[in-house]
Amino acid sequence: MSETLVLGIGNLLWADEGFGVRTVERFNQLYHVPPEVRLMDGGTQGIYLVQYIMQARRLIIFDAIDYGLAPGSMKLVRDREVPCFMGAKKMSLHQTGFQETLATAELLGSYPQEILLIGVQPEELEDYGGGLTPTVEAQVERAIEVACETLADWGHEVVARGPAMGVAPLSPDGLGLVG
Amino acid sequence: MSTTPNGFTLDNSGRRLVVDPVTRIEGHLRCEVNVDENGVIRNAVSSGTMWRGLEVILKGRDPRDAWAFTQRICGVCTGTHALTSVRAVENALGITIPKNANIIRNLMQLTLYAHDHLVHFYHLHALDWVDVVSALSADPRKTSELAQSISKWPKSSPGYFADLQARVKKFVESGQLGPFKNGYWGSPAYKLPPEANLMAVAHYLEALDFQKEIVKIHAVFGGKNPHPNWLVGGMACAINLDGDGANGAVNIERLALVGSIIDRTIEFIDQVYVPDLQAIASFYKDWTYGGGISSQNLLSYGDVPGVANDYSASSLLLPRGAIVGGDLSTIHEVDLTDMEQIKEHVTHSWYKYPNGEDGLHPWAGVTEPHFELGPKTVGDKKRIEALDEEGKYSYIKAPRWRGHAMEVGPLARYVIGYAQGNPEFKEPTDKLLRDLGLPLEALFTTLGRTAARGLEASWAAHKMRWCYDELIANLKAGDSATANPAKWEPETWPKECRGVGFTEAPRGALGHWIVVKDGKIDNYQAVVPTTWNASPRDAAGNIGAYEAALLNTPMADPEQPLEILRTLHSFDPCLACSTHVMAPDGGELTQIRIR
Repeated sequence: MSETLVLGIGNLLWADEGFGVRTVERFNQLYHVPPEVRLMDGGTQGIYLVQYIMQARRLIIFDAIDYGLAPGSMKLVRDREVPCFMGAKKMSLHQTGFQETLATAELLGSYPQEILLIGVQPEELEDYGGGLTPTVEAQVERAIEVACETLADWGHEVVARGPAMGVAPLSPDGLGLVG
Repeated sequence: MSTTPNGFTLDNSGRRLVVDPVTRIEGHLRCEVNVDENGVIRNAVSSGTMWRGLEVILKGRDPRDAWAFTQRICGVCTGTHALTSVRAVENALGITIPKNANIIRNLMQLTLYAHDHLVHFYHLHALDWVDVVSALSADPRKTSELAQSISKWPKSSPGYFADLQARVKKFVESGQLGPFKNGYWGSPAYKLPPEANLMAVAHYLEALDFQKEIVKIHAVFGGKNPHPNWLVGGMACAINLDGDGANGAVNIERLALVGSIIDRTIEFIDQVYVPDLQAIASFYKDWTYGGGISSQNLLSYGDVPGVANDYSASSLLLPRGAIVGGDLSTIHEVDLTDMEQIKEHVTHSWYKYPNGEDGLHPWAGVTEPHFELGPKTVGDKKRIEALDEEGKYSYIKAPRWRGHAMEVGPLARYVIGYAQGNPEFKEPTDKLLRDLGLPLEALFTTLGRTAARGLEASWAAHKMRWCYDELIANLKAGDSATANPAKWEPETWPKECRGVGFTEAPRGALGHWIVVKDGKIDNYQAVVPTTWNASPRDAAGNIGAYEAALLNTPMADPEQPLEILRTLHSFDPCLACSTHVMAPDGGELTQIRIR
């Protein structure tokens, strides 16, 4: 069981919809995390992520969220409030949004004790094949800082990668082989 | 009113309904229907609204890499495109694979069947038949009696169902339906008693918990899932029975894990999936819609070669052939290399052919997008309110076998196997029909399609055990080869060659055609199962499987398109199909109702 899961979700193909995945990738490039913390590119796997949610005691999620705020606005949402903010868009496996995935984990009887959603208001979603807009890109490092502070509060030691430290591939130990 | 060459009467004078998804992944399916004053569907239009374009991406690339690209066509049937691709390349270059590689590929393909069919039934299709909200009024004791009367599955006590019911109830009362949000709960089209609904909801959750076990087999042999690793010439996994596994080779411990997962998969499918299917079907015996062209034209390429490198019909464990005009006494031979058999048409598709050809065999295939809307389109290209099916209306091409629109998928495989008198397919089908008191014709319906998939899941799970035993026996005999590198280097390849690879993906016949020139891909064409089933009309006006299957279906409430979803989902579309109904003015007609 991983103590803490840091999950980036979204679809890289749709511009700012890729914020979550880009952020967790960047996090992995910048920081080394202890073994009890798992970084994961959750992509658009939707309901198939349920097993990882169920195994996490604490969960941080990076995602593009339609808060109805100005583009690029970052907003943090915690615990019971999280599902309320994740139902608006349908970006994942066969219409199963991440809200449903969280709910399913709960229905299956295992739910993280603490959840932090680090969400950024997207500017552009319809630019198929486009990257992050500069407005949203500008929030990637800030989102990572927030995650680092939270991990420290939770007692995890996160270390900046020095020039000599190689970057480990994200989730190297075989998706599908845990549990 | 008009009648198509394949015998369907179309009438587009009634009210037009649009079912359009809001998904951003595998692809987009849009469906438009006209309903008459009684709410019966009289015209149906199936449109793929997103261009795949992978054929263009692959041009000029190394054929040994093609599997990794094509696998990304879909995040659900993942490995099946890769398998088809490596077979196409091997066929083109004359590469044979070791026996172990054939067995492992079969095992991975069968694993996909078990996983895909199970997830499809419970998580993508069951809620078209099961009313979650009705489950809240079930008597847990009677639910337990029902469950125990149909299966020996141990999770069936009154307490188990009462506990689950309480959890679901808490969800519904809190206003967050979670995974059950997208349903037309309370619709009169739902026919199950509350107890059957509660049992199915319990198994929905159990299946979700169990499915993650099945795909571990892909991770053992392919390194990860989704998108496991494949290899032209065999499989990328080394086998070292005595190793400790630290070096990444598949060892005896990993193989034991695979064996245990197979046992549990057989148990779950035979004790949960198949009994549920039968129980649910028994309440929908009157719902005989959705057959479409299945009683006429069916096609299967066959798959699961029992003998390595032998892709002839006699080697394939899944049947190969074509049925035309409903004549079950004649199984036509299918040849994917015959330029006259399979052709893709683009009269109604958003593509154009250089010389305006009517149809092209995939080896000569061209993927050149050409978006234009017919003159009767309502709206504009930024916001299409209603498509004009007399013009071009889909990014899906229209493949035809000797000019015929064909249905592919589990039902096609089962009917062809049945017609061939193969007991592996005939006996379970006869038993299911007998138990339900239904005639053979009942197969040619939406429910028949769903039932064939369930029977096939069981078939696949048992065949996994067979493959596993074969693998262990071959390894114990001292053969541990998994790859043949003899023709790995491009210098060993012919200057110009072409090949075809095929599989039966869980949702139907899948073919990749490749032309290799000077070591690079010169042309690559994938004709996927959903291209067959969701195809638009062809030049002659023949309608495809989806469109035909929707015709003449009465809708209990046209604003709750449950019947449309039920039938489209029964094909296991490789495109998400959402539950939003848009009115012709673009406004949303229907919100999910909880009663």
